[in-house]
Parts: sequence; C-alpha cells; structure tokens
Amino acid sequence: MQTPTYAHTYLAAAGLRLPTNWLDYTILAIYFVVVLGIGFAARRSVKTSLDFFLSGRSLPAWITGLAFISANLAATEILGMAANSAQYGAYTVHWYWIGAIPAMVFLGLVMMPFYYGSKVRSVPEFLLLRFDKAAHLLSSILFAFAAILIAGVNLYALAIVVEALLGWPQWVAIVVAGAFVLAYITLGGLSSAIYNEVLQFFVILAALIPITILGLRKVGGWGGLTHKLAETHGHNFTTAWGGTGIGSTNPLGANWLTIVLGLGFVLSFGYWTTNFAEVQRALSAKNLSAGQRTPLIAAYPKIFIVFLVMIPGLVAAALVPNIGTSASGLQYNDAIPYLMQELLPNGVLGIAVTGLLAAFMAGMAANVSSFNTVFTTDIWAKYVVRGREDAYYVRFGRWITVIGVCASVGTAFLASSFSNIMSYLQTLFSFFNVPMFVVFIIGMFWKRASVKSGFWGLLAGTVTAMVNYFVLYKRGIISIPSDQGANFVSAIAGFLAGAVVMVLVTLFTEPKPARELQGLVYGTRSPGMSEPPAPGDDAWYRKPALLGWGAVVLAALCYIPFSF
Amino acid sequence: MSENSEHHYTEGEIAREVTELETKSATASRIFDLRRIIGGLFVVYGVIVTITGITDSQSAIDKAQGVNINLWTGVGMLALGVFFLVWLKLRPVAPQRED
Repeated sequence: MQTPTYAHTYLAAAGLRLPTNWLDYTILAIYFVVVLGIGFAARRSVKTSLDFFLSGRSLPAWITGLAFISANLAATEILGMAANSAQYGAYTVHWYWIGAIPAMVFLGLVMMPFYYGSKVRSVPEFLLLRFDKAAHLLSSILFAFAAILIAGVNLYALAIVVEALLGWPQWVAIVVAGAFVLAYITLGGLSSAIYNEVLQFFVILAALIPITILGLRKVGGWGGLTHKLAETHGHNFTTAWGGTGIGSTNPLGANWLTIVLGLGFVLSFGYWTTNFAEVQRALSAKNLSAGQRTPLIAAYPKIFIVFLVMIPGLVAAALVPNIGTSASGLQYNDAIPYLMQELLPNGVLGIAVTGLLAAFMAGMAANVSSFNTVFTTDIWAKYVVRGREDAYYVRFGRWITVIGVCASVGTAFLASSFSNIMSYLQTLFSFFNVPMFVVFIIGMFWKRASVKSGFWGLLAGTVTAMVNYFVLYKRGIISIPSDQGANFVSAIAGFLAGAVVMVLVTLFTEPKPARELQGLVYGTRSPGMSEPPAPGDDAWYRKPALLGWGAVVLAALCYIPFSF
Repeated sequence: MSENSEHHYTEGEIAREVTELETKSATASRIFDLRRIIGGLFVVYGVIVTITGITDSQSAIDKAQGVNINLWTGVGMLALGVFFLVWLKLRPVAPQRED
C-alpha cells in the first residue's frame, strides 16, 4: 500500500549522521556503476516502442514479479511503514495482509486476463477500449501528473535522508539521483528500470535483515520486545485487531469496518489493480501465464516484508519510548536510520545505505517509466501527433523521460521550500486510484455500464473523495480521530459516489455494442486470452490459482498470532 | 491509427498494432541475462563484507550486539550470488523469439 503523507515529517537531524567510512562509500560506488552498466547494456535491446515502454512483452515471471514488489518497496514505503509501526504498533500488518494480498491475488487471477489478453499497453488504454476518449484522457492526465509528483516526492525525501545520514547538501542528492535515474531509463527504457528494481529488491533485503535481527537482539527477542511495549504502550500495541471494535478508540483512528472496507478493499484494490506503475510490470511479462503470476509471485515476499519494516519500528518505539515527540529529538520516520546508526558496523552499514538509496531511486524510476509510457502512447500518440513511424515514438519517449525527470527534480526543489504543500498534494493524489478502481470494477463486471459512465464515475469519485477529506474532515464537519482514519473513510465515500454516478449515467445513456466488449468484460473472451500454455507452464507450481489462493491462506494464517 | 478525429479505437486495432510491434521487438533476443548481474554483484559484495567481518575489531562486534554481523551478512550475500550464477549455469535461457 502506498504511504501518502510522510515526506514532510522527515527531520534533518544532525544527530543521525552515520559513521560511514571509505568502505561504505566503495560499496555505494560499486552499486552506482552497476546501475549505469545495466542502462548501457539494456540499450541494445530497445528497437521498437514496445521494447522501450513494455520490454517487448517478453520478460520472465520471476523478474516481473520481483520488479512488481520492488516498485512498491520504495524508500518512502520502507521508512513510512517503520514509522507507522513506531507510532501505531502492529496495526501495520493490515497494510500488508489485508491491504495488499487480496488485491494482488485479484489482479493476478481475475484482472490480468483482461489487461494482458486485450494487449493494452497501459491502464488508461484499457479505459479507452471499454469506455471512451473522455475517460481515457482524464485518467491519462491525472496519472501523468501524479507520477511526476510522486517521483519528485521520492527525490525530496531522498535528499532529506541523505543530508541527515551522510551530510550531503540536499541539492547534490537531488541532482545526482535524478541524473542516474534519467540516464538508465533514457538508455534502456522499462527493461533497465525493471532490472534495476530486481537488483534493488535483493540489496534492500540484505540491508533490512541485519537491522531486524540485531534490533530484536538488542531488546531481548520478540518476547522481550512485546513485554517492553506492553508496559510502555499497552497490550493493544502489539496486536492487529485490539481496540478496533466500532466505537472503541485506538491511535489509528479506524475500526475493523473501515480497516476492512477502506484499507483492505477500496484503497488497496485501487492501488494494486489500477496503478499503472505497478500494472506495467505485469504487462511486460512474456505471456499471459507469466503476466498472471507477476503479482502472485510478488505476494509471497509482500507477506513477509512487513516483519522487516514493522520490527525495526517497534524496536525503535521500545528503545526510545518518547519517539515522535520533541523530547527525544527523533521523528517516527527516523526509526530505521536510528537503528542503522546504533547497530551497524562499517561494511553492513554501507550495504544498508546503498539499499536505502537504491530504494529511493527505484521508487522514482517506477514512476518515471510509467509516466513516459502514458504520456507517449496515451496522450501524445493518440491526441497530439498521430500516425508517425514507430521510431519517432521511441525518440519522443526518450525526450519525455528527460522532461519528466527534470520536472520531478523541479518538484523536489519546490517541495524543499514548501513542504506542507507537498503533503497536501500527495494526499490529493492518493485518492486518484479509488475512482479508477470503481470504474474498472463496474466496467469489467457489468456489461451494461454505458460508454459515458466511465468518465462521469471517475470524475464524481475523485471529487467526492477530495471533498470528504479536504472539506468535511479538515474543516471538522465530521469528526475522525486521525489522518489515516480519514483516508479510509474518504476512500469509501469516493468509491460509493463513483458507483452511484456510474449506475445513474448508465440508465440514461447508450450501452457499448456487445461485439466491442469482447475480452473487456467478465464472461467474454478475446483471442489474446486463449493462447496455449508455454512449455513448462503447466507445472503445478506455476498454476496461477494455486499460487494465488496459497498467498491468501498464508496471509490469513499470519494474522493468527497477532489476533489475541 | 486514423486521421479521423472522431475515430473510436477498438480492441482489434490496438491488438493488431501491438502484435505487429511484438514481431519486431528485440528485447527477448537481445537483452542480457539478469542472473549474471545479480550473481556478480552479490559475489563481489559478499567477498568484501565477509573479509570485513573476518578482520573486524572487537568494537564493531560489540556495536552489533556481540554478533559478527559483517561475517554473517557477507556469507549470506555470497551464497545468494553463487546461487544465481549456478542457476544461470544449469538453466541457460534458450532464445525465445528470433530477431
């Protein structure tokens, strides 16, 4: 799940400066060389626009699956979820087990045949086929803006963390990271972004596992940790559902119903199934089976990664009971950097710094590589300059990457002077996926949903979620105890409004002719959905249904120890 | 693509365009094998961090709660790197599509 509103709370605490030495910098330098090397080596594989924007739809499932999880595992997510744990405790597991796994499995089992089988190159392009140009253009433009904004926020967050940990001036970090991302995406396109994401996945694991193990050791293991937190924060702090009954109060400001519906259904399905920065990874897989397995393969690491971000957050809360207040001088976001400083000797410290920087760059790159695709294939090639030869769109894609990176560098500099505007904008765009999801789900499952209902549903859902959050909640007209809780409620409101408007518009406007809906609506098929399985894909461990239900069962089992 | 601004895109049209691009695509035939890069990087990192662990001072070990974390992490990264190189050796990828 995306963590929207953290960037502005990073504190450039000089007290967090890490004792890095030449060894740590050598490890970091090797990584930067490899990142660039991947860009140069991937360059020769780019021949058509399909290669540049979608890796020629030819990557194996393990690569697209790990890239899928990595695109989500940006540093803002890692630091943000550790912060979430230090602040709210074990409630963080909801963002993973109910707030990710069901949606990822739904994407793999139910939605991928439509996405992949219809051969669309982007999420907005699917809306173009199912609805009309208005829905298509609105979703393309909103997505392009959001992607640049999030890329800029990643850069800004990176600059603040790097300044605090390594002492580099903010502008140096912004320009260096921006330049590396620019170089490797312009050269190798999506292949180079995806390859770097897979590499980042392993480096970030190598960084988080030592922090988690040493952190647990410092507080006397899991038993010592829960014992200590129960004393200082109460018993509910280390449970998933404690205090979430309707009417009871908890620090999250949400009850089980808003957690299940708001986070688990609306926000999560919106993010995982319609955010093109994620879906793009699955669309680049080499066949339908690999496309379906992409989010399913990603689901397994997702189930367990929560421990690597939650435990450091809980350990920080146990070691610094007043974390998040001015008395400690530490923000919630400082949980992982604090443990790096306290526990890691040079060497592993270099790996951890590399992992963190890699995660920031991957978070930015995922957004840049999805932005250039939507801008080129959905906006430019369909509405501005149409019908040119393919090489023109590859050239244009490279130029728009340059422009996109420059725009996000600009956004990052803007953010460094107006940080509260940034958090406002981030929240604004966090609601954008919700109406996308309602339009998708109704469009995919209800044949009658009319051509025009897509645009109006999208617009109504977006406006309602924003009005609920920025007017009703922020002005205090309705009372919700926390921003996170308000997020969940706004998402539900946006979903319902989008659904109602779609139904109303459908009743008064023309349906789409049945022959134009083949392969786009549940119960219909397209030629792309009936390809014969590739050799080896009939092995039991490659069956999407087994992988998907296995992940759901595993996530449900994980809840058991946290439910009492 | 059509010259007509009122044109409605249909599934068949986009599918045809993408299918045509797929036949010209060069990624499958020309992209290098990522396992070599992951394997290489993790072997290099593994060796560096393992050597650091072997030569670590007592103060580095004390900082890490009495664990020689460099040694353990180094060995783990080395093992992962070797795994990828062995996998590459045992199951090289056959070219999927011709150039």
